[in-house]
Amino acid sequence: MTDIFGVPIAVLLGQLLLGLINGSFYALLSLGLAIIFGMLNVINFAHGAFYMLGGFAAWLLLSSLGLGYWETLVIAPLVVGALGAVVERLFLKRLYRIDHLYSLLLTFGIALMLEGLFRHVFGAAGKPYPIPPSLTGGINLGFMFLPMYRAWVIVASLAVCLATWLAIERTRLGAYLRAATENPSLVQAFGINVPLMLTLTYAFCVGLAGFAGALAAPLYQVSPGMGSSIIIVVFAVVVIGGMGSIGGAIVTALALGVIEGLTKTFYPAASSIAVFVVMVLVILIRPSGLFSREA
Amino acid sequence: MAEAPLLDVKRLEAWYGESHVLHGIDFDVRKGEVVTLIGRNGAGKTTTLRSLVGVVGKRRGACIYKGADLLKVAPHKVARLGIGYVPEERGIFSSLSVLENLLFPPAWQAGGMAVDEIYGLFPNLKGRDSTSGTRLSGGEQQMLAIGRVLRTGADFILLDEPTEGIAPVIIEEIGAALRILKDRGMTIILVEQNLRFAASIADRHYVLDQGKVVDEIPNHALDANMDRLNRYLGV
Repeated sequence: MTDIFGVPIAVLLGQLLLGLINGSFYALLSLGLAIIFGMLNVINFAHGAFYMLGGFAAWLLLSSLGLGYWETLVIAPLVVGALGAVVERLFLKRLYRIDHLYSLLLTFGIALMLEGLFRHVFGAAGKPYPIPPSLTGGINLGFMFLPMYRAWVIVASLAVCLATWLAIERTRLGAYLRAATENPSLVQAFGINVPLMLTLTYAFCVGLAGFAGALAAPLYQVSPGMGSSIIIVVFAVVVIGGMGSIGGAIVTALALGVIEGLTKTFYPAASSIAVFVVMVLVILIRPSGLFSREA
Repeated sequence: MAEAPLLDVKRLEAWYGESHVLHGIDFDVRKGEVVTLIGRNGAGKTTTLRSLVGVVGKRRGACIYKGADLLKVAPHKVARLGIGYVPEERGIFSSLSVLENLLFPPAWQAGGMAVDEIYGLFPNLKGRDSTSGTRLSGGEQQMLAIGRVLRTGADFILLDEPTEGIAPVIIEEIGAALRILKDRGMTIILVEQNLRFAASIADRHYVLDQGKVVDEIPNHALDANMDRLNRYLGV
């Protein structure tokens, strides 16, 4: 087998695949963060906690109700989204008119509370979630073995991201959302119920995080800390892509997942900081982010 | 007995945060009329329009429109009563194309104009469909902002300074379009600083000063009252 810089191709491709999978989760999460920031002007620190909730919802639906993977994959995001709607209606909507800092503090507090609550009830240890029978096994690509579930994660998250992007860029509802970002009171004066739209936007984006959590359950273990360990990277992704740029968030997420994978192959010691090095460079060269509209 | 006015504004007060901007505005508009609000900068003309459509936070008084008090109607339901708002800053969305801007507000009432009809009224917009809305000239953006509400079936139009910062040729085109709309039976409130423009279409003028209506002048009596007006406007 050929090597690249002393690394066997199979290992390299394996790491690339891992990077793409991580990137898929980053994409689902950063997409939601970017939309929430763009439309609601809220830096949603609770995003990781909602991701964790999605994982736990999946685990609880399986372990106490015995529901299968596919039902879970639909129900978990709905549950998390509904909770998001409640949070928006009760707390967040009161903070839109004042400084970003307040909503940041609120969502950070919610994240801490949720994580603490789950740690208290379920313990810190991870809960295993089996890979659904229909997605076990894998395909031998000749140069490497591709586990079915991992392929599914990449396809599912890319499909969801693409659908979301299309809905925002190409539909009438998306036009309302984009316009409401620019001038919410005028959109309201045209007869559109902007407060309701913001609630649904938040619920949808948080639901995306729940979907990511349910999708991640069979791959990683479900644990109270799973959200806080991923969310920092996701924030870096959003900063690199440009706050509020939706397409940028998706592309950046996948690219950074791959960069992380490559670093792990060639210089493992740096893999956990690779994303942040990129972030520093981007902030130095293009502070508003790679894909932001204003240069 | 005279017909009840279409809009009857009584003791309207409004605040921006802590500052009290309107101190009891009274005026009425009858169906099919063009009424202007004139006055110096800061007199409260724009705030009056914004209060009607619910863009201002705190309001008091009453604005009875077709029997309902607009101050008690949820902001997103005002447009559904057939009120079309054209804001001072025109409010063209930069993330939407000209056509998307035009098609943006939902049509809440029957009888709205078709896109072709709007292009007939404002030929400058024709053939610009895919241009980004904010790349149009100021005058063209104004036409787009007016055309946009005509599609919704609104028959009561609130126009905030449509001539501000716009070339005289375009002002004439907008004036001609407004006269066509008036002939079609539209009711219009026009906020205007340009007296000549206002006089060319309005039936009556209300003069605002420091958040109050201080005078009402029928259009035919405008010339006779020029001295008084100039004093109000500080010209």
